[in-house]
Amino acid sequence: MNKILLIIKREYLSRVKKRSFLLVTFLVPLVIIGIYALTIYLTARSFENNKATVHMIDQSGLFAGKIESTKNITFIPVTAAENTTEERNRMLEAEGKNFLLIIPSDMLTSSHAELISKETAGFTIQSDISRQLENVLRNIALADAGIDRNTVESIHPEVTLSAKEITAEGEKDSSAGAAMGIAMSLSIVVYICLFLYGSQVMRGIIEEKTSRIVEVIISSVKPFQLMMGKIIGIGLVGLTQFILWIVLSATLMGIASAGLVDGRDIRAQIEQQQALANGEVQPVIKPQMGMFGTVKQELDKVDFQLIIATFLLYFFGGYLLYSALFAAVGSAVDSDTETQQFMFPIMIPLLFTYILSFGVLINDPNGPLAFWLSMIPFTSPIAMLVRIPFGVPMWQIGLSLVLLIGGFIFTTWVAARIYRVGILMYGKKASYKELVKWFRYKG
Amino acid sequence: MLEIRNIVKQYTNHRALDDVSIHVKKGSIFGLLGPNGAGKTSLIRIINQITAPDSGDIYFDGERLSPSHIGRIGYLPEERGLYKKMEIGEQMLYLAQLKGLSRKEATERIKHWFEKMEMQSWWHKKVEDLSKGMQQKVQFVATVVHQPDLIILDEPFSGFDPVNVNIIKEEILSLNRSGATLIFSTHRMESVEELCDSIVLINKSKKILDGKLSDIKNAYRTNTYRIEYLPSPEPVSSVDGLFTISDTTHIPEESITLTVKIAQGKNINDVLMYLIPRVHIHGLKEIIPSIHDIFVQQVTAQATHPLIETHE
Repeated sequence: MNKILLIIKREYLSRVKKRSFLLVTFLVPLVIIGIYALTIYLTARSFENNKATVHMIDQSGLFAGKIESTKNITFIPVTAAENTTEERNRMLEAEGKNFLLIIPSDMLTSSHAELISKETAGFTIQSDISRQLENVLRNIALADAGIDRNTVESIHPEVTLSAKEITAEGEKDSSAGAAMGIAMSLSIVVYICLFLYGSQVMRGIIEEKTSRIVEVIISSVKPFQLMMGKIIGIGLVGLTQFILWIVLSATLMGIASAGLVDGRDIRAQIEQQQALANGEVQPVIKPQMGMFGTVKQELDKVDFQLIIATFLLYFFGGYLLYSALFAAVGSAVDSDTETQQFMFPIMIPLLFTYILSFGVLINDPNGPLAFWLSMIPFTSPIAMLVRIPFGVPMWQIGLSLVLLIGGFIFTTWVAARIYRVGILMYGKKASYKELVKWFRYKG
Repeated sequence: MLEIRNIVKQYTNHRALDDVSIHVKKGSIFGLLGPNGAGKTSLIRIINQITAPDSGDIYFDGERLSPSHIGRIGYLPEERGLYKKMEIGEQMLYLAQLKGLSRKEATERIKHWFEKMEMQSWWHKKVEDLSKGMQQKVQFVATVVHQPDLIILDEPFSGFDPVNVNIIKEEILSLNRSGATLIFSTHRMESVEELCDSIVLINKSKKILDGKLSDIKNAYRTNTYRIEYLPSPEPVSSVDGLFTISDTTHIPEESITLTVKIAQGKNINDVLMYLIPRVHIHGLKEIIPSIHDIFVQQVTAQATHPLIETHE
């Protein structure tokens, strides 16, 4: 037992002490948060740094005095005298972003105007201009129909659906949207990490085999101890990394969301200003952070403690189960390149569940397929995690965990029998037949 | 020290060891000889408890071999190996601790050995930064650092340059003087003759010869001598019932060397009495077959068909 601890310690420390481990552990959350912050920053900036001048040639005469300049767009009406080719060119060539807006005389019926510029107009500018034009046209249409604009503004029905589940404890707010998001990200993380750490086990074993140190070590410890020490050691590295990621992300997200609120305020202000500039008599100030608010509300309903706890349990259980198989593969080959033929069959159950998780499992998280996939040890690490955000009865989680442990013991037993023979077979191409033979060897 | 009784190890389509029994005396240097694929490595792995025999027993110091003996055995495998990216010092500590030493004890021993082998500056180096010969030295230290009672060395001198071979030889002899029993496994005979007290010869999974080195050599004496004399006008030729000349080397103006096989019932004195009146004898030496010759003789006698190399 003492020796297995020594092996775990070496496997763990030799990896955790590596510069690449620290780099990945601390950089990944920083990079994710950084990208997030950068997106917000750039979006906010794009609102400020988008000033343009629009020279308006109004042939219909409907828009005079009704279009107002906004913070970003300055509208300049072009008089008939100025409407010559040279003048137009001069306007377009002037410094800054310049546009020529030509409104035809049949604007009322055609609803079609032209925007001319040296470079293609950005989406925000286009939508700003068309919104202003639409507004004017709508007002005209309303007036023609004899409807007061203010009346229209006051009628603003909005329907929100509030999904509720009937559970034993009574009605409960559903959180399908957030649950789906969490479920999908969990399945991706588990899928990737099972392979990441599983193949680390495999490569570690290949390294020991090709460097021949394995013979020195198994003259001191049992092959099984060496295999388990490696699997547990690397598994702990994975857990350490996850826990650090969770802690770091939580901290950074806290800091970032403080900054985020400021950013959103700026945007809200801009929207407000634009709304005012558009000449809307009663600027409709939507409840701030509408979309974000709903997401946040839903997130609050998700049981994060349960998710993190089950995530760690299923990741570790699934890791133990699969890494034992990876260990067997590592012992059977002499180099990374030979692993392909054995890797694929190992990958199939995971790949299958992973693909299903995006369609079937998320749409029907309590259906029979989802249930069975979350019970079978080879698929449960992904399938159960996908189901958990939607709510799973405790007895199912318990049963599935027991089965997972059973599955892990089984694969370890099989792998250990192949491993003890495989690590001493140098320069021999292993086939499946060969593996079966090794499995049957005595002692 | 080590008593191996009727070991059989069978692989699916190949018998690696067939009823092999060996006795290794305490404090001896024991040679385990045999061509490649004879079963040496299989036997060593069984002694190291890496694999188990199908039948037969092994006794270590009078007790049945068990995992509790692991710390008393040191093993240098033929295929040398260390963690390439790990620091030498850390690596030594790890291997010594796996053999059952405490960290403190291991540190002291390793420092002692590093000093002895002039390797002090290597502690923080990585294996991949060392030359092949240096790596061998490290591996040797790893084998003996826990002061094992039984040291098993598989082809110990392969990969060493002559200077290091001598250093390692000295260390082996001094370990032996301080009480360690050594088992050498090799197919290189020169080293065996110099170091070993007893040998066993394994060929095609069977033991074909064993005993004290001197006894074996005596048994293989052919009563052949090399006699050197000053050139004389009268040539010497074979004498029926006394000796036959199998080879003559003539260096003009200097010497003539005869290789003579003495007939049954006669001895070297009889031959000399015949020769002394005829020639001026200059030198005399008995030709004793080297272990190499015995080895080749035994192996080729057995080889009815070419050896098939297997790694099982």
